[in-house]
Amino acid sequence: MAFMEQSLSETGVAACASAHVSVMGATKVFDMPDGAPPVNALGPVTFDLRRGEFFSVVGPSGCGKSTLLDLVAGLSSPTEGHIHFEGAEVRGQVPEGVAVVFQEDASFPWLNVFDNAAFGARRNGLPENEIRARVDHALAFMGLAGFARSYPAQLSGGMRQRVCIARAMVLRPRLMLLDEPFGALDQQTRLLMGEEMLKLWRETGSTVMLITHSIDEAVLLSDRIGTMSARPGTFIDIVETGWSRERGSETAMDPRYGALQSQIWGMLRNESLKALGLRV
Amino acid sequence: MNPGIMRQGSGRDRWLDVLLLVAGMLLLWQGASWALGIEVLPGPWRTLLQLQREIADPDFGKHLAETSKAFFTALLIAVLAGTSLGLILGVRRLAGDVMELILIALYSIPKISLYPIILLMFGLGLSAKIAFGVIHGIIPIVIFTMTAVRNIRPVYLRSIRTHRLTPWQGAVHVLIPATVPEIVAGLRIGFSLTLLGTLLGEMFASQRGIGHLLMLAIDRNNPPTIMALALMLFMFATVVSIGLLQWDRHLRRGTQP
Amino acid sequence: MNEAALTVPAPRRQSVALAMRRHRVVLLRCLFIIVSIAVLELASRLAWIDPVSFIPPSEMALSAWKLLLNGAYRDDMIMTLSSAAMAIVLATTTGFLFGLLLYKLPRLRRVLDPLLLSYYAVPIFVLYPMLIVLFGLNRWPLIMLGFLFAVVAMAVNTLNGLERIPTVLLRTARMLRMGRVQEVWLIKLPASLPFVFTGIKLSIVYSFIAVIGGEFLLSGTGFGYQIAFAYNNFDNQTMYGLMLLLLIFVGTINLILHAAEQRLYQRRVLREPS
Repeated sequence: MAFMEQSLSETGVAACASAHVSVMGATKVFDMPDGAPPVNALGPVTFDLRRGEFFSVVGPSGCGKSTLLDLVAGLSSPTEGHIHFEGAEVRGQVPEGVAVVFQEDASFPWLNVFDNAAFGARRNGLPENEIRARVDHALAFMGLAGFARSYPAQLSGGMRQRVCIARAMVLRPRLMLLDEPFGALDQQTRLLMGEEMLKLWRETGSTVMLITHSIDEAVLLSDRIGTMSARPGTFIDIVETGWSRERGSETAMDPRYGALQSQIWGMLRNESLKALGLRV
Repeated sequence: MNPGIMRQGSGRDRWLDVLLLVAGMLLLWQGASWALGIEVLPGPWRTLLQLQREIADPDFGKHLAETSKAFFTALLIAVLAGTSLGLILGVRRLAGDVMELILIALYSIPKISLYPIILLMFGLGLSAKIAFGVIHGIIPIVIFTMTAVRNIRPVYLRSIRTHRLTPWQGAVHVLIPATVPEIVAGLRIGFSLTLLGTLLGEMFASQRGIGHLLMLAIDRNNPPTIMALALMLFMFATVVSIGLLQWDRHLRRGTQP
Repeated sequence: MNEAALTVPAPRRQSVALAMRRHRVVLLRCLFIIVSIAVLELASRLAWIDPVSFIPPSEMALSAWKLLLNGAYRDDMIMTLSSAAMAIVLATTTGFLFGLLLYKLPRLRRVLDPLLLSYYAVPIFVLYPMLIVLFGLNRWPLIMLGFLFAVVAMAVNTLNGLERIPTVLLRTARMLRMGRVQEVWLIKLPASLPFVFTGIKLSIVYSFIAVIGGEFLLSGTGFGYQIAFAYNNFDNQTMYGLMLLLLIFVGTINLILHAAEQRLYQRRVLREPS
């Protein structure tokens, strides 16, 4: 697979510099208490994120997709290998310019929607009128303009997740990491949220890495899709979709959509069986 | 999810923890005894010896019997009446809602201050002691049982109907297993409080019983006896409490407490 | 984006029905209390129960009112209140720090777990003589009694609150690159506040129980003692009057605390989104 060879070659460092995020030979091993054998959660994984692309990672449950996101975000350190963001190494510290939207609802129940969205920007010491402008824009963008004074306890799950996305948006990150953010939502809401993510991506121009278990979501939204094997997760392949930047739900009509889905499922079916503990 | 977050130690670890705890407490006790003087606070060994002496006393058996009678009767009443009342209040939503606040208010009253009423109504004697124990222990049992029944997940009730179980089958195979863990948690607290209530009752107004012996020792400022009796009570309460806790854990079997 | 497409579903009718239901509950509750008092009144006046042992509630109220106006027991009330207040302050601060310590040191927590669970199994009053020797024949043994009774409840609830902070909020703090102090002040404390408040509530309740109980059994001054004194002197009027005052006072404090606690939990502890 050409992409792998290129990254591991002598031009590896140069590849780092041009790639927005560069992951080289990253693995993650978890130590278990009481002498149980350590868990090989991920790896080795090697790939690059190109600046401004929409990249999805699809794989069966427990394959280590979220672990990978943690490594890229700097929320945890790789046991082996290296991760670089904009040329600088990422290890255990979240670099500036990165925002994460988690799977679980991370809205703070004690703050209203406006303060929730403004939270990250306020920590960074931006002037208040700048913050207000950004938050108003983000809330309007996410369809929450009328709920600025409401509290998360009064909102549905989908709305709370939109608050979290608004909070990430206000930070104007250069890299946005999404860990199955729509996992708790129903399919129809997910489709609408997917459209919102595309709008967001086009508007901000940030690089987006989406972790998802939904193949059709990945195929619809991404420039490239990394398919991950069962634990310990490694990339089976990285597939280019070739969609234009102006993709949307009508992309599902494109004949390549179905072919891509089959191709990816073909790669993942066995891995899913393995993840379920069934014989392949 | 980081698997390293798991907290439960292995069996061996747990025994080590218990050993550490017991050793720590004994050391602390001995240290305090030295610091304050053995006349004020006898150390563990002296207390153990004193306890032996107390038990050997011919009258001790009578006192123990008295307290046991009162305590176990009170416990029986508190458990039976408490769970029944709790079940009713749990099933009848409206009654439960109405009574909840009243129960919470009753729970927080210093019940000792109600003792005179009990004495005036029951007179000095066994029934007053039992009443003391009951008023202490019954309220948490009612509250916990009521909460347990109210929190039965609606999906269980729907499962009973989809499997077409009779009310009896539903209760036996679904409702009771679903609520028992919570009820047992209430029983644990009810046990401790009933013991407390019975002892306090004996301390305040009785001529017999462990509580009475305790009160005598306090009045006469007799630390060795106080500590010996306190140790005995502590060990009894702890053993039962831990036993109930193990049962509680066994019932939950992996579900979140 | 079309807001209406994804708004909260609760129809207006549902919330009106809920409010009506709540009013019904409150009404029935008041009815229950009034009927109970009425029954007791009748039972006493008609001698179904011995009217000397149990005076009618109306007379209790009268006695209580006279006692309040009289002011003879004012010093005792102040003594009890101040002792309890001291115990509460000590218990909440120490308990909070202790709970924090247990949170930071999971090994210690595991070791102390059985002790914490059976702490309330033994009457704490047995330590009273030791406390007198330590602190002298004044109110400090009582305050320490209140403290010892309340501190574990505070610690356990603080620990519970800290443990229940959703992990995702802590990860958010790391994602936003917050410092330790910021994380504690802006996320950990607000998130655990409802449970810490429960601890404070229990500290208040338990301190009162221990102080008044201690005064009742073992002391020479204070409100609890006065109740016991009245009982021992066959002064039922005074005794019941004092008891009623105690009941009303403790009941009111508890209801206020309970209401505040409910509001905190409603606003700040999110259920799973349905």
